[in-house]
Amino acid sequence: MSDAEFVHAYDVAGADFTNAGRASTGIKETLKHMGLPSPLIRRVAIAAYEAEMNMVMYARRGAMTLRVTPADVVIVARDEGPGIPDIGLAMREGYSTATPEMRELGFGAGMGLPNIKRNTDDLAISSEVGRGTTLVMTVHVS
Amino acid sequence: MADAHYHSIRFDDSACHGCMACLRICPTQAIRVRRGHAMMLEDRCIDCGECIKVCTKNAVLSLTAPPTGLGGFDYTVAIPSPALYTQFDLDVTPGTIHQALRNSGFDAAATLSWSCRAVTHAIDLFLSEYGGPWPLISSFCPSVVRLVQIKYPELVDQLLPVLSPREVAAREAKRTATAATGLPLDRIHAVYVTPCPAKMVSIVDHPGMEASFIDSAVGISDLFPLLAPVIREVQTSGAKVPETETAAGLGWAFSISLPSTLPAEDTMSVWGLPNVLRILDDIDKGKLQRYRFIECHACFEGCVSGALTVENPYVARARALRLQQSLPKRDPVDPADLRARHERGDFRTSVPFAVRPPQPLGRDIVTAIARMQERDRVAAQLPGIDCGACGSPACATFAEDVVLGAAEMAQCVVQRQAQLEEQLARLTGVGSPAGRGADGTGRPGDDGH
Repeated sequence: MSDAEFVHAYDVAGADFTNAGRASTGIKETLKHMGLPSPLIRRVAIAAYEAEMNMVMYARRGAMTLRVTPADVVIVARDEGPGIPDIGLAMREGYSTATPEMRELGFGAGMGLPNIKRNTDDLAISSEVGRGTTLVMTVHVS
Repeated sequence: MADAHYHSIRFDDSACHGCMACLRICPTQAIRVRRGHAMMLEDRCIDCGECIKVCTKNAVLSLTAPPTGLGGFDYTVAIPSPALYTQFDLDVTPGTIHQALRNSGFDAAATLSWSCRAVTHAIDLFLSEYGGPWPLISSFCPSVVRLVQIKYPELVDQLLPVLSPREVAAREAKRTATAATGLPLDRIHAVYVTPCPAKMVSIVDHPGMEASFIDSAVGISDLFPLLAPVIREVQTSGAKVPETETAAGLGWAFSISLPSTLPAEDTMSVWGLPNVLRILDDIDKGKLQRYRFIECHACFEGCVSGALTVENPYVARARALRLQQSLPKRDPVDPADLRARHERGDFRTSVPFAVRPPQPLGRDIVTAIARMQERDRVAAQLPGIDCGACGSPACATFAEDVVLGAAEMAQCVVQRQAQLEEQLARLTGVGSPAGRGADGTGRPGDDGH
């Protein structure tokens, strides 16, 4: 088993809608350059984008760390933000706390976390109200 | 035979000064300047022709056919791009242009109204039966098709599987010519009069088709000097030229060509490759699924601004609007005939669109991981100002080129300058000038001055 590992961190600024999506685009481009299978890249890209948009919409700031090994692609999305009081509720399709402004931009359908869950092999969420949220999203390479 | 590596663009080393205009404008970062000349990375180029438009030295050549080389066939039919009709004064009608094409050595010139109109119906009929995935992406701009094939392989199945109006026009013109002359189809030569080099790619690589109905292409800019005097002759001869095109057909070709049966809010029209890239990127992330059809044009002003046109694109568009008003309004198609043809599959592409992913950084994941680490390590030493002086379009692409052995670190002039200043400072005992990094990165230093 190889212990090869590529790690790259991307900063995400809260409320910066102009640059929203850059981190997930960067992740997607990196994986394409590495020659990973495109269905896998698409799943990772969708999950990364949802996580990034959650940070842009709710958090003050955050970071996404991409970790690629021969076995897995793991993205850790960690933010300083309001936290999620009830993770079970947040995971429910259609549940949303989006403001009218966020809905105006096409978000807030309550599909963010469920969509991440659907596109990853493993999703771990830890959150502290008032402090922030960390998502660990894993997609197996093979 | 489909050729995935075919390109309709070549760089002429004898004319290229290595000025980097094309390097900076290339939307897919497919150009490098090496040893003073521009060169193409074949697995990334989508033949959009932006490099041709920006080059002031005529060092980027389009591999369309020379207009003098069109003889030698039993029967040659010209398939004009609608853009050709916008390149002449307002009093030059499509009918006059057709007559001039026939007087210039073509045996026939195809009309486009029927095929344009037929294809709009074919799209409507296809959409009425299509169940997703959404949105569909228009497939008539060959650069957009190649962009999807190269950069968005997951989206090839969302390319609209309907033949382009130019292919339909060529097929119908060949059938008409066979009926008129008794010659077999393979003796009829169809020449597209093209506004851009990308159409050559769709002829040679024929995505979605077993073979193109078009045999070669001549650039509008190459044909223009020969055609213009013949047009004047036709006009001064006083001969009555019948008008064969109609507004109903050409209106679609000249304006936004969205399916008429879809509500406007379910469709989108995107112009210019930077915008097309952003939209495809969003679709690739799973966004925009509520849209049904997205029309994408590589050129900002559509085909009238192709790299091989001669007229200012805004003048050309104004003429197109005027032409739409002045041409006969008659609808050239019979809906019942079209439905029958649609049911026969007459307008459908015949093979799936292939994917053409570029060379990855490594053949296997372990190599790719190692090279990606190396790329980040190299990039961290670069200034991040994307000056292009190294011959790569951005610091990130330069880092990649270094890792692949296609460039050397010493080509970064900013880093070399910083190193020189550092050496000088060591030798003379004087600190490096304020604002210049002494850390070898070329980034502004914060170390003690």
